[in-house]
Amino acid sequence: MRPFEYARAGEASEAVSLGGRFIAGGTNLLDLMKLQVETPDKLVDITRLPMRDIEATDDGGLRIGALVTNSDLAADKRVRDDYPVLSRALLAGASGQLRNKATTGGNLLQRTRCGYFYETSQPCNKREPGSGCGAIGGFNRIHAILGTSDKCIATHPSDMAVAMQALEASVETLKADGSTRTIPLIEFHRLPGDTPEIETVLEKGELITAVRLPKSLGGTQIYRKVRDRASYAFALVSVAAIVKMKGGEIEWARLAFGGLAHKPWRDTAVEDVLKGQAPSRALFDRAADALLAEAKGHGENDFKIPLARRTLVSVLAEATQGA
Amino acid sequence: MITLTINGEEHRLDVDPRTSLLDACRDHLGLTGSKKGCDHGQCGACTMLVNGRRINSCLTLAVMHEGDEITTVEGLGEPGNLHPMQAAFLEHDGFQCGYCTPGQVVSAVGMLGEVADGWPSNASKDLQNGAELSGEEIRERMSGNLCRCSAYPNIVDAIETAAKTTKEPA
Ligand SMILES: Cc1cc2nc3c(=O)[nH]c(=O)nc-3n(C[C@H](O)[C@H](O)[C@H](O)COP(=O)(O)OP(=O)(O)OC[C@H]3O[C@@H](n4cnc5c(N)ncnc54)[C@H](O)[C@@H]3O)c2cc1C
Ligand code: SF4
Repeated sequence: MRPFEYARAGEASEAVSLGGRFIAGGTNLLDLMKLQVETPDKLVDITRLPMRDIEATDDGGLRIGALVTNSDLAADKRVRDDYPVLSRALLAGASGQLRNKATTGGNLLQRTRCGYFYETSQPCNKREPGSGCGAIGGFNRIHAILGTSDKCIATHPSDMAVAMQALEASVETLKADGSTRTIPLIEFHRLPGDTPEIETVLEKGELITAVRLPKSLGGTQIYRKVRDRASYAFALVSVAAIVKMKGGEIEWARLAFGGLAHKPWRDTAVEDVLKGQAPSRALFDRAADALLAEAKGHGENDFKIPLARRTLVSVLAEATQGA
Repeated sequence: MITLTINGEEHRLDVDPRTSLLDACRDHLGLTGSKKGCDHGQCGACTMLVNGRRINSCLTLAVMHEGDEITTVEGLGEPGNLHPMQAAFLEHDGFQCGYCTPGQVVSAVGMLGEVADGWPSNASKDLQNGAELSGEEIRERMSGNLCRCSAYPNIVDAIETAAKTTKEPA
């Protein structure tokens, strides 16, 4: 690990004025610093900031402090009752030890698990812009099939963020100049394009202070994660689904996908196929057609295209059963 | 200089900010019970309790833990005065080479605390009501601790036994 200066912030305003890389749970940043994939000169410890609360908002939703741990969020009674898809996604991620450290803000900003990104002897446009992409034409079993570019085909590894995408969450931030803003999660992560090293719309030194969830819309909520092991493995494909039935028809559906793209994926065209329709295998297949119309495999990850279809069909069947 | 509270004792130490909590304990304080396996949060051999919650001590910096209550396997019990979890691992032969054992024991103690607090797991059918501690629940909740000797069946038995002892204190 490269040497760095360490500073501890007591308040959010202090954290943004110290100028340095924020460290929260440290479970992603330190992992990458040990490998010198990340080499910050200065770390600003934000773990003492008062951002550990989950509060009810005026509009009937929840405001989750950026430092709320993945464990505490998954176990929160209101989340379990009103946003079960989020509890399920969190519980399907990482391990008990990691969830006790991992924070809401850090989880959103965790970096890809692409092997070339992790291995500094290999080319990777995300780690070293302009060096090429080792995964294109290389080992790419875990890589993206949607929204890729010829510069990068990495996926975003978070489970939590997939559920939050289906829940239409938004991210509250504080900038170095003291101003604040609220960014809809759908606009928060970027596709790789020509600059895969830029992963979100955050500015340098911008601090995530909270994540907001709108009032729960109820519905049947499911998080299905398909992976190589039954526990403690990243998603190959995951689906977060919220489906509301009315009189034997799908009133509406909200769907988000993990393991498929550089960001937690949501495509409302898929939801439009389902809206107002009676559930059937043929309908679910049409939804999958909409999801995968532009999907492109890169060799080792070709299997993700049929796997995403089967996972979506299975989740929709479960969500609409008994209708 | 930083001050760390480990197993109820305060220690003053001079560490480079790069020092992980694991290395601070092992290399600076001679607390070598916690093991370094992968050093990347993947194996669980370094598990410690911080303020009662289990974490991977390899993926956190010692300087970040001033004021926290840290417990290592040494703080759970010692020969002659074993913690019920340590005794259960002995009784059930919950190890072969023993390298992952301190992490397994500390993690299992932390895990039982989470169950006592009503936390669900990915194996829980019902999110709302606390889960019965079945073998399936134990395996899911302990998946962050790997055992290269694959002593898993005996580890699960040991934890089941210890869970009963801690539920009905003597
Ligand atoms: C072995 C292993 C298995 C895992 N498995 C899974 C899995 O199955 N599913 C899954 O979803 N995740 C998994 N993870 C990833 C884990 O969820 C993340 O490491 C964790 O959520 C990151 O949160 P953190 O608080 O530790 O972030 P940190 O490591 O502290 O920070 C991560 C990044 O976020 C920035 N940051 C942190 N907080 C803020 C803030 N408030 N404002 C602005 N920037 C901030 C940091 O500067 C850094 O760039 C796994 C990790 C490991 C090591
Ligand atoms: S897929 Fe992206 S992260 Fe992986 S090697 Fe290519 S550029 Fe790097």
